[in-house]
Amino acid sequence: MVSGRQEVINLYKTLLYMGRDYPQGYDFFRSRLKKAFQRNSDISDPEQIKILVKRGEFVVKEIEALYMLKKYRTLKDRYSTEKNK
Amino acid sequence: MARVLVGVKRVIDYAVKIRVKPDKSGVVTDGVKHGLNPFDEIAVEEAVRLKEKKIASEVIAVSCGLPQAQESLRTALAMGADRAVHVEVPQAQYDSLLPLHVSKILAKVAVDEKVDIVVVGKQAIDDDSNQTAQMTAALLGWPQATFASEVTVSDGNVLVKREVDGGLETVRVKLPAVISADLRLNEPRYATLPNIMKAKKKPIKKLSAADVGVDLAPRQQVLSVEDPPTRQAGSIVPDVDTLITKLKEKGHL
Repeated sequence: MVSGRQEVINLYKTLLYMGRDYPQGYDFFRSRLKKAFQRNSDISDPEQIKILVKRGEFVVKEIEALYMLKKYRTLKDRYSTEKNK
Repeated sequence: MARVLVGVKRVIDYAVKIRVKPDKSGVVTDGVKHGLNPFDEIAVEEAVRLKEKKIASEVIAVSCGLPQAQESLRTALAMGADRAVHVEVPQAQYDSLLPLHVSKILAKVAVDEKVDIVVVGKQAIDDDSNQTAQMTAALLGWPQATFASEVTVSDGNVLVKREVDGGLETVRVKLPAVISADLRLNEPRYATLPNIMKAKKKPIKKLSAADVGVDLAPRQQVLSVEDPPTRQAGSIVPDVDTLITKLKEKGHL
C-alpha cells in the first residue's frame, strides 16, 4: 500500500478547489495541476512523497498569498486617490 | 465578553468585467461569478480576530438578500463566524433594496441578538453606497467608527484608527458601537475547502423582512444604468508648434 495516499489526494483536492479562482482560468490551472501530479505518479519512496507533499502545501500558501495580494491591489487602485505606479 | 454582528453582502466578483443590461435597467448578474464583498471579508476577519483574542464570545454573520446570499454566509462561517442570520429578500424587492432598508434590518437583528459590536465593510463594491454603517448606528443610537484601519477593544471602549483624508484619526467610542472596515484594517484569511465543508454544519437562521418588521417598499427609482463614457481617441502631432496651435484652438492656452 502506498503511504501518504490520503495526503496526496487531499492536496490535489485543495489545489483543485483553489484553481477555481485562478486568474488565467480554471481549465488552465486544472490541466497544469494534473500534469504536475502525473509527473510524479511513479514515485513510491515515502520520504520523497513527504517532501513533495510539503512542496505542494507551500504552493497552496503561495496561491493564497497571490489571491490576497491581487485583490488588495485591485481594490487599492479602485478606491484610493493616491497612485503608486 | 462582547457579541459581534457582521454584515455581509454577496456581490459580483471583483475581477469580473461588469456589463450593463441592454435595456439600461441594471447590470447583468445571471451566470456571473459572485463572491463575498471584499470589504465585508475584512469585517468578518476583524470579528473573528476579536474572537480569537477572547474579546468576543460569539460572531454572528448576517446578510440581507436573495437565497444565493447563503453562499456568502457560508464563506463568512468558513472564515470563523459561529452562526449566521439570513434575511431573505426576493428578487423583485432586492432590485430596489436600499442601504436604509438594510440598515433597518441590521439594527433590528443587532437588538434581537443582543450584540455589542456591529462590524460591516465600509461599502459594497457593487453599489458603492457607503451608507449602511452610518445609518445603522443612527437607527440604533450607537456611536460609529467608520473607515477603521485599526481596532483595539479595552473595557467597554473601542479605540479606532480611522482613515481620513491626509492621514489617520483616532477616535474612542463606547460600546455598543458600529464599526466599518477600511481596506487596510487586516488581511482576510482564505476560506479553505475543509473549512467550507465544516461551515455547512453551522446553523443559518432564515428570516423574512416581515419577521424583522421592516417595510421594503422602494424609496428610489432607477431611471437608467449606463456604461461610463469611453475615452476618445487622441492624435499624434508632428511638432511642438502644431501642438501649441491645437491647444490654443481648443482654448487650453
